[in-house]
Amino acid sequence: MFAYIVRRLAVAIPTLLILVVISFVLMFAAPGGPFNGERPLPPQVLANIEARYGLDQPYWKQMADYVWNVVVHFDFGPSFQYRDRTVTDIIVQGFPVTLTYGFWSFVVALVAGVSLGVAAAVRHNTWLDYLAVGISIGAQVLPNFVMAPILVLVFTLWLGWLPGGGWYGGQWEYVVLPVIALSTSYMASIARITRSSMLEVLNSGFIRTARAKGLPTWRIIWKHAMKPAFLPVLSYLGPAFVFMITGSVVIDLFFSTGGIGQFFVNSAFNRDYAVIMGITILVGALTILFNLVVDILYAWIDPKIRY
Amino acid sequence: MLVDKQTADALGQAPHLAQVKGRSLWKDARTRFVRNRAAMVALFVLIGIAIFAFFGGYIAQYERDYVDFSLMGANATQGVPSIETGHYFGTDADGRDLFARTVQGTRISLLVGLVGAAVAVVVGTLYGAIAGYVGGRTDGIMMRTVDILMSIPFMFVLILMLVIFGRSILMLFIGIGLISWLDMARIARGQTLTIKGKEFVEAAVATGVSPLRIILRHIVPNLLGIVVVYATLLIPSMIITESFISFLGLGVQEPNTSLGALISNGASNMQYGVIWQIIFPITAFVLTIFAFFFVGDGLRDAIDPKDR
Repeated sequence: MFAYIVRRLAVAIPTLLILVVISFVLMFAAPGGPFNGERPLPPQVLANIEARYGLDQPYWKQMADYVWNVVVHFDFGPSFQYRDRTVTDIIVQGFPVTLTYGFWSFVVALVAGVSLGVAAAVRHNTWLDYLAVGISIGAQVLPNFVMAPILVLVFTLWLGWLPGGGWYGGQWEYVVLPVIALSTSYMASIARITRSSMLEVLNSGFIRTARAKGLPTWRIIWKHAMKPAFLPVLSYLGPAFVFMITGSVVIDLFFSTGGIGQFFVNSAFNRDYAVIMGITILVGALTILFNLVVDILYAWIDPKIRY
Repeated sequence: MLVDKQTADALGQAPHLAQVKGRSLWKDARTRFVRNRAAMVALFVLIGIAIFAFFGGYIAQYERDYVDFSLMGANATQGVPSIETGHYFGTDADGRDLFARTVQGTRISLLVGLVGAAVAVVVGTLYGAIAGYVGGRTDGIMMRTVDILMSIPFMFVLILMLVIFGRSILMLFIGIGLISWLDMARIARGQTLTIKGKEFVEAAVATGVSPLRIILRHIVPNLLGIVVVYATLLIPSMIITESFISFLGLGVQEPNTSLGALISNGASNMQYGVIWQIIFPITAFVLTIFAFFFVGDGLRDAIDPKDR
């Protein structure tokens, strides 16, 4: 097991480095620096500013300094746009918000999706199955940026039940709509994957044996079928995490929650490379870490994997 | 001879019989597809959407960037969808004809989907076929590269690219093309591994056909079925990606528009009672995605029936 973890780490770390290099290469390839505004600055002023941000150093040194500062001091450098805060400040301010509703939508998508999928598989070819399949097909065409306006239209403008934006320290009524909007389409995918893998497991020999022994159905499902049926879902969680964290950009922007997504888009409009790159690298690191955890869980649950 | 005359005659007739009753795999697939009612309905919806997107401009009474200044401030009452004013879908917040804009948005979305799928088909199939056929260390390196690229949150890198090289449709095409082929490469490789062991490939190797020629003439044609299916299923996800970026305002720029940008505009105005501004783009979007999913599903059932 330990050797397996080490081997996975040996892939994860280069992946992260490649992401850093890609980000830097893109930035160096950019026509014009971040301070080439509409009014051209005097050359001396520009040179001073670039020296202040370390942009006059050779590329490899900029990159090495950046990685060193991030890894050792958790310092993503100064923002090019906001003079009064660093990228780290922005991340520390926005990230807890994104993490809060991201966590809840992950939980909702997983619990609802798995329950729906299991129910559909156990009651295969009954109205419950058709309903679950219908819901998951319908939800699949409703990505977060379609779901969010629809939810606000119905629950805020027509029914007036929930606020259509804001955060206010994460009070529950401000969290509900973002969570639903973010989780819908992944819940659908999870439900579909659970259903098909559960159907396959329920048709296999050891389940028939369990049935023949006269075990109650719920016990067969929870004790015997759940573990193998969950494996495909587990391997989908990595991609699902990427979708979620990407979707949070839309959620932050649409619901004005003040999460990192909002800073990300604003920086994209202001060409604030430092913030964009900091967030990209942070998100990349999280994704890679998450995939690592999923892989280790997979190896731990699945007895067929030898490591 | 062990075979009597009658059997021999029958065998002599056999090629002709086979010609009469011959059914290719593709013909079988077509029969199965036509029998699938959901897929057929979706196919007709899709044709309708394509006609709307490419010929809808001829029906539109206004240019997509014509601003009707007389509607300023009176959008909620006078920009209502109606046949008489010629604004079939109403007007948007700036007094532009929403019908013409939805036509254009749908067209851009379809184009992005098709370009993404085309890149995936060409690059992904060749990459996967080469990795699978060559095997060994080359395969390991090629597929590990795909693994690494796939575990990077690409939307962020794509936005970084759009910011650095400027926001344009061309950049969007390039960015989407860069990510779309990864899944296809995996699928093509998996399929190539099974084809590689077949006799006809062995025969080709034995007769001294060059590896590149084997890949192009013997492997790729046999990948086509699965490639077509996944390309169809890839189109909606490309459309979703493009709309996502345009929703943020980072994708297609004015005066051009796309379904994502239209949904975003509609969403920011819906509290002013101009509900049609969001309903029409969302309907166009959802119908398009739905249609592609069902056609893709139907194709999968038709071409790859064991995978039901």
